[in-house]
Parts: sequence; structure tokens; C-alpha cells
Amino acid sequence: MQNVTQIKWFEEEKIAKIVEQAIAILSETGVYIESEEVLSLVREAGIRIANSRAFIPEEVVRNAIETAPGKVIVYNRYGKPAMDIGGWNLHFNPGSSAIQILRYGAGKTATPVSRDLVQFARLTDSLKAYDAQSTALVPGDVPEEIADRYRLYLALLFSGKPVVTGTFSLDGFEPMREMLQVVGGGKKELKERPIAIFDCCPTSPLSWSELTVGNLVDCAKSGIPVQIVPMPLTGATSPITLVGTVTQHCAENLSGIVINQIAMPGAPVIYGGSPACFDMRKATTPMGAVETQMINGAGAQIARYLGLPSHAYMALSDSKAVDYQAGMETAMSALVAALSGVNNVSGPGMHNFQTCQSMEKLVLDHEICMMAKRFREGIKLREADRPKEIIEEGIRKKTFLTLKSTLQWYREEAYLPDAVIDRAMGEKEADVSEGDILKRASGRVAKILKSHNSAPLEFEKSEAIKEIMLREAKKAGIDKLPELPD
Amino acid sequence: MRQFYEECKQAVIKGDSDLAQRLATEAIDKKEPILDVIENGFVKGIEEVGRLWEDGAFFLPELVMGAEAIKKALSLLNPVLAEQQKRNFGKGKLVIGTVEGDIHDIGKTLVSTMLSANGFEVYDLGFDVGVDIFIEEASKRGVNCIATSALLTTTMQKQRKIVEALKERGIRKKFRVIVGGAPCSRRWADEIGADGYAKDAVAAVKLIGELIGGS
Ligand code: B12
Repeated sequence: MQNVTQIKWFEEEKIAKIVEQAIAILSETGVYIESEEVLSLVREAGIRIANSRAFIPEEVVRNAIETAPGKVIVYNRYGKPAMDIGGWNLHFNPGSSAIQILRYGAGKTATPVSRDLVQFARLTDSLKAYDAQSTALVPGDVPEEIADRYRLYLALLFSGKPVVTGTFSLDGFEPMREMLQVVGGGKKELKERPIAIFDCCPTSPLSWSELTVGNLVDCAKSGIPVQIVPMPLTGATSPITLVGTVTQHCAENLSGIVINQIAMPGAPVIYGGSPACFDMRKATTPMGAVETQMINGAGAQIARYLGLPSHAYMALSDSKAVDYQAGMETAMSALVAALSGVNNVSGPGMHNFQTCQSMEKLVLDHEICMMAKRFREGIKLREADRPKEIIEEGIRKKTFLTLKSTLQWYREEAYLPDAVIDRAMGEKEADVSEGDILKRASGRVAKILKSHNSAPLEFEKSEAIKEIMLREAKKAGIDKLPELPD
Repeated sequence: MRQFYEECKQAVIKGDSDLAQRLATEAIDKKEPILDVIENGFVKGIEEVGRLWEDGAFFLPELVMGAEAIKKALSLLNPVLAEQQKRNFGKGKLVIGTVEGDIHDIGKTLVSTMLSANGFEVYDLGFDVGVDIFIEEASKRGVNCIATSALLTTTMQKQRKIVEALKERGIRKKFRVIVGGAPCSRRWADEIGADGYAKDAVAAVKLIGELIGGS
């Protein structure tokens, strides 16, 4: 057992009960599957189907939990492992698919265009707390039919980090897979060293749309890791009680894992989610709500109990601006994620109920993520057998500043935040403005964009994915892709 | 106001569907003036519910319970009214649905519930609804409004296609077209030549009331 700081949401016996109940839901209530193709796949595996509902028996669920890998390793485009999703490991990546962009220095949100996607990818590439990038923005300057694949295209071009992504339609999968295969170096290579994760969302309660379940199976067959992302909303599409929603969330995840494992035993799959404590006043899905974080945290504990890697939509905020609320919600949520042992956290940069991505927030959230990681590491037992000696030495020397122990550890014991976090003492009667931190963040974004570029994708590969993209563009009625900034 | 109307109003505010049903039955049995019962009783109730929700005093469950209660009453009163006056109590008819390729329907259903609670005759076509289906259903049902929901940047383009298709068929003027969902805005509505946009269910009721309420 690693020495890690952790939150335990339930005792083990209670988790066993929740899992038992989730399995009972799957076998007795069943799960609705909209796709004929997937229904027959599931039927062939001996599962009873009635009225498009699959009634999954306990042994099938247990078996899927068994065949699903305990961890998922995802590689960057240089062929190096970038994420080891499982155990107590912790990874962060920006929230995906925002509708709007808050550009740095701008006080107003806008519809993202290619240039924003490029900048966002480069920014993410430079920030080390983010082990993966995501297809964070949906571009408004290409035909809508190709928006999903085009954002993956830009992500692959402008950052070497693995990509957390997903499709918007069934036919989006194949071109995306093709591009990944090119960049990953081949079909077999992509299976062995996957460079992307696809989000697949069941519809709560207990239902799979044709699109998402199709993706789930397609990914399994190509060896592309899948994140199951159920979004039960308390009191709206799941029980109002947190424990009830945690149970439904578990059943929905397990249904996805079963289908995925039937399609390809051993396929990489992650127990994930984006549940929310539905707001009964505004009819919204607050990601920053305390209870949303609790459901997510409990989910991670259940995943770990089952020996599965976990994911959650956390470390983000509902605030419309990059302000106090944004920082507060993001920080709390990132910390809860870290201490609950969520392995892959999607969310940084995001605000306004998953609809907006901000460049300044991405830079500020980076500090939150680094701090959360530091919390998770916990108190290391460094020279733990000799504090008395060190103290006596300090008294003797009349300072601790120059002790050998100090010199050995001071850079490692503390996380030293980037200068966007102000650690300098303020002067007396000074002018203070809450906009200062935004200005610092904005400055940092500008600086990074001026100086940082990922190592470019090999020429042949970039030509090959461009060809795929052009083919898709032609199908959508355009014969040119938007000009890209260099 | 008459005591009986007050009771009808209160039934809706309390979100008591059983009581609303009993009162509606009583009104029919006692040959009350049905239109008055609706307008001065039940409708006053749902208006109050909407107001309380906007004030933050009522939460979503109360809002939806109120809507369910008045819907129950209207389902009984409307047929009688139709017989008496050869008309429905209706502020207008509309079709509503989530556009093709989009499976988000929570917001759309909420809007649909609130609209029927407010006396609109609502044909909810569900989600993943094709452009042609919207137009066919709208024509078949003789509605005056087509309301579409889209939650994806990609699928919102279908809202534009609906407006274009109506123009192509020379029937654009027959319908008010309104749009809603997370990626939409008033500007989007203007850009695609729709007649309006509303940000939530209560605003949607107001908007549609202004657009087709008199018809
Ligand atoms: C819940 C949810 C889901 C659920 C939907 C369940 C269901 N039965 O509807 C599930 C899990 C199935 C889902 C799936 C997907 N989702 Co989704 N989802 C959401 C989420 C978190 C909340 C939506 C919601 O229900 N809100 C609560 C309701 C009450 O609010 P509302 O819908 O906005 O409706 C209100 C108003 O907008 C208005 N309104 C709504 N309709 C109408 C209509 C009219 C006429 C009027 C006047 C007003 C009006 O009134 C309503 C009541 O107040 C949003 C994020 C967000 N903030 O919107 C993402 C979001 C919309 N989803 C997103 C994505 C990407 C997807 C997927 C593609 C993911 C995937 N790869 O599988 C799939 C979609 C597949 C498809 N083709 O449709 C993105 C969209 C990105 C983009 N740029 O387009 C979002 C923004 C999240 C994100 N950043 O990733 N999703």
C-alpha cells in the first residue's frame, strides 16, 4: 500500500452492497440498448433481451470486471507512456468539447475557430500538470459534419500529448480512428500503444443510444481505450439521494464495461463519469456542487474496489467568469478528485457548466492541479527517524536555512507555484484589484504562446492525416481546410 | 374572486393533481362556465407557480408538479369546452423536439411540460427528429409554431436547415420558429432567421405566448 493521502467515502462492506445492488439492477431492471447490431452482439453472448433491454446476469458482470484490465496506459505521439491510469495514479487533462472560448485578455466569450484550437493545443502541450490534451473546443469555421474529426486533426498536429476525445456521430469514428492509426504508426501499434481515449456516454437512466453504444463497440474492436461517462442527474434522471445516484452510476458503468468486454475481452476501459447534483432552482447541471464531487469521489472508490481504472469530470467550475467562484469550485473539486483517487480527471480550463474553455483558467488551473498532486503525495517520511537531531542542529547553528537537510530537500518538499500565484507580501495601503491574477495569467498565456511549440509531427504523418481530413472535408462540400497560423 | 376558482388555483400551486382532477370533474358536473374556470382558476395557479419559480421560492419539483396538476385538469376540461364553444382552451398549437443527430432531451422535455401546462397544445416529437418530420408534423397538426432544441454545436445547424426548408417550400410564413438549448442565443436565432430564442422553460412560455398566444 502506497503512503497516500486519501478520502474514504464508504466502508468496504458498504461498497460491496452498492455493487451488489448495481448488479441486481442490471440483471433485473436491465439496460436499454438502441442499436440492433449491439443487441445481437449481446444476445450472442447469452444475455436475455426483451423490448431492447438487456438483462445482464451477475456472472457476466463479474466476468467483465475480471477481463477488463486493471490499468490503462496511454502514450504520447513520441511513443512514450504518458498516462498510467489505475491504482492511485493521478492525471489531469482539460475539459472537452466546449461550445465557447474565452480568449486570453478578452472579457467576452466567442465561438471557437481553428486558431483557438491550435493555441489551446500548444498551451496544453506546455503545461506539465496535464498529461493529456483533449479536443477541448468545437470549431465553428468548418462544416458541422466534420467538426468532431477536425478538432482531433488539430490536436494531433499541435501537441504531442495523448488526446481525450469522442465523436458526435457514428460516422465520426472511422476517420478519427484512421488518423490515430497514422499517428500511432499502424493498426497493431495503435492497439499496443494507444494515443487517445474516447468518451462514451450512456443516457441515464440505464440506456445506451445507438451512437454512443456504437462507439463503445468500435473502440473495443480497435483497442482504443474507452471512458464510460454516465451523467446521472440527481432527482432528474437518477435518485435524489447521493447513494442512489452512486449506485445507478455504478450500474451504468458496469453495463458499458460488459458491452465493451463482450465486443473484445481485455479491451481497455475506464470506469468514469460526469454525474451532477442537479440544481432544482435553475435546472442546471453544476459541476462545482459539493455533492457532484462526492458522487464522483465515491465512484472512484468503487472503481478501485473493483480493480478498475477511474475517471471523472472534475476540477472545473460553473462560474461564467474566471473569478472567485471559478477558483473555489475548481480547487475543491481537484482536491477531492486527487484525494479520492480518481485516476484521470477531465475538466481544467472549463467553466460555465462544461460549455466554455478559458485560456487563462487553463493556466491558473494548472497550479491547482499541481497543488492537488502535491496533496495526494502526502507527507513523505523523509529523515523521519531523525527530527530530533535536525532540530538540535538548527538550534546549535541558530538557523535552519543552511542545514544539510534543508539544502537537500527544500526544492522537493514544497511545490513552488508559478508566478501567477502571488507569494510576495503586499505593501501597506497598496492598491489592490482582483483583476491582478487574471492579468498575470493572461501574461503567462501570451508568453507560452510566443515561445512554446511541440516537436512537429513527422512530415509524412502530417501529410497523411491532412489527406484524410481533406477527404472528409470534400464529403462535407468544401475542398479547403481553414488556413492555420504557423 | 369566487371561492371555487381560488380552490382551482390553489390545487395547481400545491401541485395536487388529484385535487385538480376532482375540481375539474366538479366543474363539469355542476355546469360551471368552463372557460372561466380555466382562465380565472387553474391558469391563475400556474401563473403563480411560474412567478414563485422565478422568485426562487419554488424549485423544479414544485414547478413540474404544478404543471402536471393543471395538465390533468385541462385534459378533462378541454373536451367539454370544445363541445360548448367549438373551441379548445388553447393559446396556440406547436410542435417541439430535439433536432436530428442530437439525443439531449432533458431541457426540451421541461420546456414541453411547461408549455402544455400553460395551455398550449403541444406535440412533443421527442429527440433525434429530422427536418422533414418537424415540417410534416407541423403541417399535419395545423400548428402555428415549431420549437426546436439543440445541445450540440454540430446539431444546432439543423435549426438553420429547418428555417431554410420552410422557405424552400414557400411555407415559412405559416409558422413561428423558435430555438433553444445550450449553444443557442438570440444572435443565433437572428442569424438563421428564426423568430425567437429563450434561455429556459419559463422564458420559453413567455416568448411563445407573445408570438402565438393570441392565435
Ligand atoms: C446531460 C448531458 C448529456 C446526456 C443527455 C441526457 C438526456 N437525456 O438529455 C448524455 C450523457 C446522453 C449526453 C450525451 C452527449 N453529450 Co452531452 N451534455 C449533457 C450536459 C452535461 C447537460 C445538458 C442538460 O440536460 N442540461 C439540463 C437541461 C435542463 O438544460 P438545457 O438542456 O440547457 O435546457 C434548458 C435551456 O437550454 C432551454 N431549452 C432547451 N431546449 C429548448 C428548446 C426551446 C425551443 C427553447 C425555447 C428553450 C430550450 O430550456 C431548458 C430548461 O431550462 C451538457 C452540458 C450543458 N451545460 O449543456 C452536455 C453537452 C451538451 N454534451 C456534449 C457532448 C459532446 C455530448 C456527446 C457528443 C458526448 C459523446 N461523445 O458521447 C453526447 C451526444 C450524443 C448526441 N449525438 O447527441 C457537449 C456539447 C459540445 C458541443 N460543443 O457541442 C456538452 C456541452 C458538454 C461538453 N462540453 O462536453 N450529454
